[in-house]
Amino acid sequence: MNNRKLLLEHLEVPGIEGIDVYVKHGGYNTLEKALKKMSPEEVVEEVKKSGLRGRGGAGFPTGMKWSFLAKPEGIPRYLVCNADESEPGTFKDRFLMEKIPHLLVEAMVLSSYALGANTSYIYIRGEYMYLLEILEKAIQEAYAKGFLGKNIMGSGFDHDLVVTPGGGAYICGEETALLESLEGKRGNPRIKPPFPAVKGLWGCPTVVNNVETIAAVVSIVRDGGEAYAAIGIGKSTGTKLISACGNLVRPGVYEIELGMTVEEFIYGDDYCRGIANGKKLKACVPGGSSVPILPHYLVTKTAAGEDRLMTYESLADGGFKTGSMLGSGGFIVFDEDQCIVRNTWNFTRFYAHESCGQCSPCREGTGWMEKVLHRLETGKGQLHDIDLLADINKKIEGNTICPLGDAAAWPVAAAIHHFREEFEWHVTHPEEAQTRNYGLIQQPVVA
Amino acid sequence: MVKVTIDGIEVSVEPGTTILNAARQIGGDAVPPAMCYYSKLPGTGGKCRTCLVEVAAGSAADPRPLPKLVASCSTPVQDGMVVNNKTSERVHNNRGGVVEFLLANHPLDCPICDQAGECHLQDLGYEHGSAKTRYEEDRRTFDPIDIGNKIKLHMNRCILCYRCVFVANQLTDKRVHGVLHRGEHAEISTYIQEAVENDFSGNMIDVCPVGALTDRTFRFKSRVWFLKPMEAERSCTKCCGKAVVWMFGNEIYRVTARKDKYGEVEAIDQKTAWLCNDCRFEKKDASEWNILGPRVINRQSVIAQGKYATTIDKPVKRIG
Repeated sequence: MNNRKLLLEHLEVPGIEGIDVYVKHGGYNTLEKALKKMSPEEVVEEVKKSGLRGRGGAGFPTGMKWSFLAKPEGIPRYLVCNADESEPGTFKDRFLMEKIPHLLVEAMVLSSYALGANTSYIYIRGEYMYLLEILEKAIQEAYAKGFLGKNIMGSGFDHDLVVTPGGGAYICGEETALLESLEGKRGNPRIKPPFPAVKGLWGCPTVVNNVETIAAVVSIVRDGGEAYAAIGIGKSTGTKLISACGNLVRPGVYEIELGMTVEEFIYGDDYCRGIANGKKLKACVPGGSSVPILPHYLVTKTAAGEDRLMTYESLADGGFKTGSMLGSGGFIVFDEDQCIVRNTWNFTRFYAHESCGQCSPCREGTGWMEKVLHRLETGKGQLHDIDLLADINKKIEGNTICPLGDAAAWPVAAAIHHFREEFEWHVTHPEEAQTRNYGLIQQPVVA
Repeated sequence: MVKVTIDGIEVSVEPGTTILNAARQIGGDAVPPAMCYYSKLPGTGGKCRTCLVEVAAGSAADPRPLPKLVASCSTPVQDGMVVNNKTSERVHNNRGGVVEFLLANHPLDCPICDQAGECHLQDLGYEHGSAKTRYEEDRRTFDPIDIGNKIKLHMNRCILCYRCVFVANQLTDKRVHGVLHRGEHAEISTYIQEAVENDFSGNMIDVCPVGALTDRTFRFKSRVWFLKPMEAERSCTKCCGKAVVWMFGNEIYRVTARKDKYGEVEAIDQKTAWLCNDCRFEKKDASEWNILGPRVINRQSVIAQGKYATTIDKPVKRIG
């Protein structure tokens, strides 16, 4: 498969982080094309045609999200870029902003033009302070060249772009918590409805999009929505950044065309080149820590025996019984030496730490699960604890204000579903479990 | 007006009414419990999740059921919406789960808690809780702190409903307390132990659904069910002066606002009858009040059992 690069096309060009090199390689041409030759509605139409879906995890069609934006007279609208990338296993936005910051700046102006927003914000994760400097420098360069500010390139469109750091809370990646934080308040998710498209930042209609989603708009407007939609399979169109980590020969950030097989991604020479140190694959979390874990026999094939593809649909094939989600593209691979109980505890510890504490199921449930899992992991658990965990899960899932509760519940539910024997082994062999890993015993072997 | 059916009972309500308020217009078993929602404090609700209900049909235009249970206090009704509360097994199970979560870190120190008898969490536990806890871990603990010389904060008992934060935001001129930290470590507190001193700060005691915020002038004086609630009033320049005084003999033990059957401060002449701190904490002499007569406690709670129940459902069986 020839692999087109749309986001990371000029990654290897030296100095691409500076505006001169970026412009030399066609940067800001797309913005000029849109401002001079297209109406905002036409830009939105191209995005709709492209079939672009939100790259932050939920996969909601971006064009549809944009068309929901309320447009009352005399009230400003805002575009907010969600750069609060904090999902364990996901580091694609960091890579994109660090290497090609001007792509995001150009895309922000372009998307704001489409939405009619004269001010936009990049809300960046508190731990990404060094990126703040990179982005601020890029923004200053763009102001100096007239790509930001008043009357951009003589089009009559004014735009200001502000980059704001968060305080380092995972919950501020939830769009309404992000808006609260941006307003200077405690980052608690808001009760919905009203949705941000109606009442967002400072009570005005707001669109919140992921970094990668917004960045993709540049190539969509440049080549046309149909050209973008031609890449990929079905409703999974275009390219996606995947941040691969774990026990891989070559972990890193890869731009792939959606529709590639998972097998090629893990074992292909151009990608991760297989499992490190000659070990075997044990499990994989394909979309960031909050999506269900897949045991090795369901990673490259679906339950029906078809090839598993890197698409929203194929990864979700089989629902939560035998499938997972593409999520944010945080591809975590575990080899045979990794302990699933320990990993599940680690994820849960993260969610317990990051829960905002606003609604009861998440506040109490994540902490409870963390304590039970810690007991199981350290050999102090009992068999009924496993059922207890599964039950706490069900009581959290779907009952919370924001998706953090679901994100905390799903990985635990899937781990128990697929690796129950390993949990039981931790209970029945408490001392052995501290020194030896359960490995691949009793898992069906796939050639 | 829009029509909505809750537990098989149809009611017409103003557009924009929440499911919970529509249910309150029906009354009785159709009303979901609410721990954080407080109709007199705009913006409250959505947090405790005890009011979760099942929406069996979204609206007449789109009669599909909603996939998730929704918080009835913050979901507006649609015309033709069908809601299941008491009649839904799923609601019952999940509400039980929420109660279990609320009780997970709650100390269950009811025998020494001043709120016992009029505590919403007790009522909720009575109705939805299980007899035995499955929570075997250590509970999170905090030291009780004084916020000012009139209010005691027992963070161990707090269920983080945020009602007191809304009281401070909406009734007092400046908010000095709020929620610190996050997740399980979240706590209501003042920044560096500052006193909450404000004419209306005492109302946070009335809105607290549990015993987290208690009246320091009444602490450990008496169990509430030994006291006689009397409606009383006095002329006050700061507040409406309409209160309930809790008496033992001729002595006033404590003063609270007048609360309705949902535990909310009543509206008198269309204004919520919040009390000022003077009336609440300083006026403990019966001569300072014009006592009007016994207060009817119209609430399904321990405090209303037996002694204060005003309606007798069944004829009492005569002994002997």
